[in-house]
Amino acid sequence: MTINIQDVEHVARLARLDLNQEEKEMFTAQLDAILKYAEKLNELDTENVEPTTHVLHVSNVMREDKVHESLPIEKVLRNAPDDEDGQFKVPAVLE
Amino acid sequence: MTLFDLSLNEIHNRLHAKDLAVTDLVAQAFETINERDDRIQAYLTLDEEAAQRQAAALDKKIASGEARGLLFGLPAGIKDNIVTEGLRTTCASQFLRNYDPIYNATVMDKLQLADSVTLGKLNMDEFAMGGSNENSSFMPVRNPWNLDHVPGGSSGGSAAAVAAGEAYFTLGSDTGGSIRQPASYCGVVGLKPTYGLVSRFGLVAFASSLDQIGPITKNVEDSAYVLQAIAGYDEKDSTSAKVDIPDYISALTGDIKGLKIAVPSEYIGEGVDAAVKESIISALKVLESLGAEWEEVSLPYTEYAVATYYLLASSEASSNLARFDGVRYGVRAENPGNLLEMYHQSRSEGFGPEVKRRIMLGTYALSSGYYDAYYLKAQKVRTLIKQDFDNVFAKYDVIVGPTAPTTAFKLGSQVNDPLTMYLNDILTIPVSLAGVPAISVPCGFVSGLPVGMQIIGKAFDEQTVLRVAHAFEQNTDFHQQRPQL
Repeated sequence: MTINIQDVEHVARLARLDLNQEEKEMFTAQLDAILKYAEKLNELDTENVEPTTHVLHVSNVMREDKVHESLPIEKVLRNAPDDEDGQFKVPAVLE
Repeated sequence: MTLFDLSLNEIHNRLHAKDLAVTDLVAQAFETINERDDRIQAYLTLDEEAAQRQAAALDKKIASGEARGLLFGLPAGIKDNIVTEGLRTTCASQFLRNYDPIYNATVMDKLQLADSVTLGKLNMDEFAMGGSNENSSFMPVRNPWNLDHVPGGSSGGSAAAVAAGEAYFTLGSDTGGSIRQPASYCGVVGLKPTYGLVSRFGLVAFASSLDQIGPITKNVEDSAYVLQAIAGYDEKDSTSAKVDIPDYISALTGDIKGLKIAVPSEYIGEGVDAAVKESIISALKVLESLGAEWEEVSLPYTEYAVATYYLLASSEASSNLARFDGVRYGVRAENPGNLLEMYHQSRSEGFGPEVKRRIMLGTYALSSGYYDAYYLKAQKVRTLIKQDFDNVFAKYDVIVGPTAPTTAFKLGSQVNDPLTMYLNDILTIPVSLAGVPAISVPCGFVSGLPVGMQIIGKAFDEQTVLRVAHAFEQNTDFHQQRPQL
């Protein structure tokens, strides 16, 4: 096994997901199978190969530093689950 | 016979002669949708009123003799991961089931300039993750050729809607094959443009280094028209390419004499259904009869593409989908105790199993201690896969093979086996990793289900891809077949 249930619990915490016991077991087996399959890449010597992060040769795309109109606040808040005084509202961060 | 069996030129001539109104075209679309979509389940959201308003405005343009856009009056369906202001956009996810976009994707602005009419939003695999449409959190799309079979994915709704005559054309998105594979399964034409040719602004991001929007149409000419309308640099997409946009429509000359075609032995070898291979060989003979030459070549890194893709795409997805936290939009869990619980509960309730699986895989591949072994390794293998294509394109004009190893499979037959499901994309994924353009065109039938031929071109050489596809289409009638519905 490459992956065990503790790994799955750790990764779920990082990904901000709650998994039930059944999901934990399912993902342990499935991620293990997928990662075993991915180990196929180790057959290849890539020591002197540059990584491809992007197929086009672009870097540091900048726009002119000009002021543009921004979205109106009512529009931005249109989909907010909760808001107050023109701001997004969330539950307490600290107890 | 419906109005959608007419060609774009026939429609435009009849509109010009006032023998047909745009409102008629839109009425035809809704008539077909009302009659068929209970069975196909291609649409998630429809807005007939808005579509008819748009149509009436276009009819006024005809009356007043105003200039008309390239796609004038054509009723279009839009994949539900392309944001449309004022029209619900869900990505087929419960998380976004009420999401009402506050802006338009750049492609929607471009369609508006081209004067097409938006009918509604099309079903898909949740967040474009999947190849069968069974991952839609609302309902699975059915294949119009056989309702027991999947339409492919993730743009299954986009492909099925065109095949069923429920839209004149549609837009889909392709990350690892999500336009081409469903087009192949549904017997329609699907084009994935070169990465960067079409703006991604307003396309809900899945894997940003791979995602690309493209047209799904009933023939190649329509594909060229839609591409012409949506291609081009966009300052709102920092990965948009600054290239001149050629005339795709005039590229359809029918002349492919002397064209050099490479056929990768890996694309017609083990794992590819024998009857699918036979269709491709017959198609190659058609191209040969038109003066093209073909030879077998090797793309030796093909077998590493699926593993590379799932590591890279899932890693990018785990990062992109971090934005769905229940703060600014989407469905927030009820009564979370604190902020952290709100993130956890909202995401766990809002995402389906495949989305969670890919977030988990991507988070693992990017996590401390594993980054070099998985993510960086996959980026390096991506370089090798891209070089495979560079090597072949130094000597050949296009690469041809099947779009998918089989025809559309039965609903439910692969849901419990993600790895097998992933292998359906083995012939489209390498192309996505290399960032080059490819089209799927109908080239045969096996047991009543369509087969697609994939024509792959050099970066930004959509003209050649379209020219070859069009020449093939002019000499075959597979694209004229319609499912019995």
